[in-house]
Amino acid sequence: MNVVIIDTSCANLSSLKFGVERLGYKVAVTDNAEQIKNADKVFLPGVGAAGAAMRIIKEKGIPEIVQGLQQPVLGICLGMQLMTEHSAEGNVDCLGLIPGNVRPIKADGLRLPHMGWNTLTEIKDSPLFEGISQQDYFYFVHSLCVAPSEYTLATCDYGQTFSASIHHKNFYGVQFHPERSGKSGARVIQNFLEMKA
Amino acid sequence: MLARRIIPCLDVRDGKVVKGVKFRNHEIIGDIVPLAEKYAEMGADELVFYDITASSDSRVVDKAWVSRIAEQIDIPFCVAGGIKTVEDARIILEMGADKISINSPALANPQLITELNERFGQQCVVVGIDSYYNKEHNQYEVYQFTGDEKRTQKTSWTTFDWIKKVQEMGAGEIVLNCMNQDGVRQGYDIEQLKLAREVCNVPLIASGGAGAIEHFTDVFKLADVDGALAASVFHKAVIAMDELKQTLINEKVEIRPC
Repeated sequence: MNVVIIDTSCANLSSLKFGVERLGYKVAVTDNAEQIKNADKVFLPGVGAAGAAMRIIKEKGIPEIVQGLQQPVLGICLGMQLMTEHSAEGNVDCLGLIPGNVRPIKADGLRLPHMGWNTLTEIKDSPLFEGISQQDYFYFVHSLCVAPSEYTLATCDYGQTFSASIHHKNFYGVQFHPERSGKSGARVIQNFLEMKA
Repeated sequence: MLARRIIPCLDVRDGKVVKGVKFRNHEIIGDIVPLAEKYAEMGADELVFYDITASSDSRVVDKAWVSRIAEQIDIPFCVAGGIKTVEDARIILEMGADKISINSPALANPQLITELNERFGQQCVVVGIDSYYNKEHNQYEVYQFTGDEKRTQKTSWTTFDWIKKVQEMGAGEIVLNCMNQDGVRQGYDIEQLKLAREVCNVPLIASGGAGAIEHFTDVFKLADVDGALAASVFHKAVIAMDELKQTLINEKVEIRPC
């Protein structure tokens, strides 16, 4: 299988690469349009601020490439947020792959960022979450979130309920870091890689 | 619910994990990567690697071990020690660390916290604070260069003012090392951590003094910290991770089971 991580010049590229490799898959990190288009599975990683990240990926011409993809694409953390239409972080238009907006978490007095291991509250029946239950913990690090909607695959609670995962057509996103979420995270990556296109 | 974190801390010196008492007299515990793997498998929620020589030696330290750890473990980890610039941080994060922690360099240049925040996001930026209770003045004081006893010095900051300042500058998490307690296993400094909690709106990690399971129960229940960091109790197998976590779960502390 041809697996690609889009080189978004963000900081967590190598941890995601290692996470995929630990499952026995080869993976290329690239911003080359042809290589991304020819992949069977594509990861869109992201860490940092949405405004800066959109600027960097626009310079590389990545939005047009990703918008044209037909194969399964998994956005991770900021990568998931960039898949929506707009982010309040830097008031920036995103890729518009999945309907929704990114807003600050209404943490209701809880500490921000939402940082650490949390469980999922509702999990829809989806190949991405096969074998995952409400008892499994995932590692989250974020201050903004996407509100639950019909595109939500799983929710998480922290002051408010928000989307831990969203999905539309061939585009999937997870707010948590599966590459840093132990065995449950590895299962989600594996589910994505084994998913039928 | 968000789980409280158990965070083994590995002090690194010249590529080996070491442990000192009250920041001194370091003995070698073992190699970094196998220990990191062992702790991840045991159920640690996160790991911190402190390069304890880096800040005080003012040298650039070989950090190749960072990517070796990132390759092997599937839980988050933070690297501290000798990170003085955005470029230093970029290299460590690109090698696969999830966060970087700064201590003495933040005291020398608080603006660095803001620069790191703007470049990498708040969630990457941990500020470590070495705090010493001065009985004579009845106040908590911030120290720097604690990795080297010859260079360790008191700063002009009191601990709670510095905690407020680093949050203003954009810190995403604070690790409070209570120096009076460090390595002596008499329990976390609950009083100080409670006071720190009152002024800390970002995740707060307790460090220094863990010696028994009840110390963890106390620090979560009494001081409401987000994580508890410990070294020697894990290195010397004084506390077993599974027993610690099961006890905390029984005590109704939200914990990710092993």
